[in-house]
Amino acid sequence: MEAFLHQVFSGLANGAIYASLALALVMIYQSTHHINFAQGEMAMFSTYLAWAMINAGYPYWIAFGLTVVASFFIGLTIERVIVRRVAGAPILTLVVVFIALLVILNSITGWIFTYTIKVFPSPFPEQPLFGPYISSHEAGVVGVSLVVLLLLFLFFRFTTLGLAMRATAENALSSRLSGIRVGWMLALGWGLAASIGAIAGMMVAPIVYLDPNMMSGILLYGIAAALMGGIDNPFGAVVGGLIVGVLENLMGAYVVGTELKLTVALMLIIGVLIFKPTGLFGRHFVTRV
Amino acid sequence: MPLLEVSGLSGGYGATDILHDVSFSVEQAGITTILGANGAGKTSVLRALCGMLRVSDGSMSFAEQKLNGRATETIVRMGIGHVPDGRGTFLNLTTEENLRVGAMTRSDKAGITEDFERVYGYFPRLKERRHQQAGTLSGGEQQMLAISRALMLRPRLLLLDEPSFGLAPLVVQDIFRIMRTINDEQKVAILLVEQNASLALELADAAYLLETGKVVMSGPARELREAESVRRSYLGY
Repeated sequence: MEAFLHQVFSGLANGAIYASLALALVMIYQSTHHINFAQGEMAMFSTYLAWAMINAGYPYWIAFGLTVVASFFIGLTIERVIVRRVAGAPILTLVVVFIALLVILNSITGWIFTYTIKVFPSPFPEQPLFGPYISSHEAGVVGVSLVVLLLLFLFFRFTTLGLAMRATAENALSSRLSGIRVGWMLALGWGLAASIGAIAGMMVAPIVYLDPNMMSGILLYGIAAALMGGIDNPFGAVVGGLIVGVLENLMGAYVVGTELKLTVALMLIIGVLIFKPTGLFGRHFVTRV
Repeated sequence: MPLLEVSGLSGGYGATDILHDVSFSVEQAGITTILGANGAGKTSVLRALCGMLRVSDGSMSFAEQKLNGRATETIVRMGIGHVPDGRGTFLNLTTEENLRVGAMTRSDKAGITEDFERVYGYFPRLKERRHQQAGTLSGGEQQMLAISRALMLRPRLLLLDEPSFGLAPLVVQDIFRIMRTINDEQKVAILLVEQNASLALELADAAYLLETGKVVMSGPARELREAESVRRSYLGY
């Protein structure tokens, strides 16, 4: 029983990270219908920035904050400089651009920081504070994710800028006709997504260690989470993330073994696409011919 | 000097022009209507004004400023409220949020509150449904919402694209009555594009008749109402 609970809790912690990444994916998908395959590598790059700052002697939370801000501007710049130019291009062009972005970020990071695996610190204490079933880092991950979710919710629900971004995501043309600078809203969405991804990266790095390929698996889980919850539904992305995290852990511990954990995510993606393409909370897509 | 002056406008989608040498104007606080059958190019005229259509020739000026080549957002911010065809409702936002989106470009809090009350006064139904998701509103209510959303901008000119489309006659009359009030009280000029010629000619001061992208007749609305050809083709008597 103890082992089972432990698996569930650490699954929730992983799930919180998948949820964050899924949320970043959903944020971009909602407004442009793009799936940003480079989301994971952007997060990885941000985590390296944090690592560099911590190594340079900055306190953890200062480095954390600076990384979140820097990532925002990196995301914003990527949208304004690259994505914008291909926004109307056929879907295959976009896929190629996003994959290119993924590979470029990966190799740039390897080139700057080398491919040696590095240890990334956790801001949370070593000894478990919340009982035997969950480590402090895992509890901290869940806590940080909840704070991020709450802040996002408050931002989108109660600020004018949040409303403008929701309006843009729903109907870009009407937003233009209300005088909203739609281009900037999209760039802002990329910035926010990059910041959320950066937090996910910094939270997962102490668990998986820091290396340029650390996010490739996480991105798959994130995509599985987003699809499971419904790719156009932020709430669904979070629920999807938690489900995927717990499911992955339980399957790994009791059914398929740790080697096939990632396969679970892939099976989930395929399963959702075949049996329920809209996900658990997604809207049905109706296209007018 | 008219508020909106369009002269020799040509333009369209892709390489083909849909509008050919279209000229018209809207006076300060006046109501102009552009009539025409389905596909005559009425919607395209409004789109051209808002920078959403390729313009190949001609000039458009609003309050003595050129509109040609400006971004949609900029044109809207100059004081042109566009109620698009299909109403452009934000279906997942509440009624009130839709209106807040309309007031997005403004920062005068007191004025915005005042305008909320004003549009709720025009359309009490919207007030009743202000916390409801806009997607659940009826067609007529969504049209009221679309007009109100544009009014929240405090425009000097309101572009209306077939506000009567798909609505029950009683609802249409209601909406037209309120457009008259808006024009009277707030001195908002209106450019109305309509298929329902008799209603539009009743409301408007000036009228233009569009056929296959060309203005074929223009004059005071009163005159067009009497004109034999308009009566036969568009008024049905």
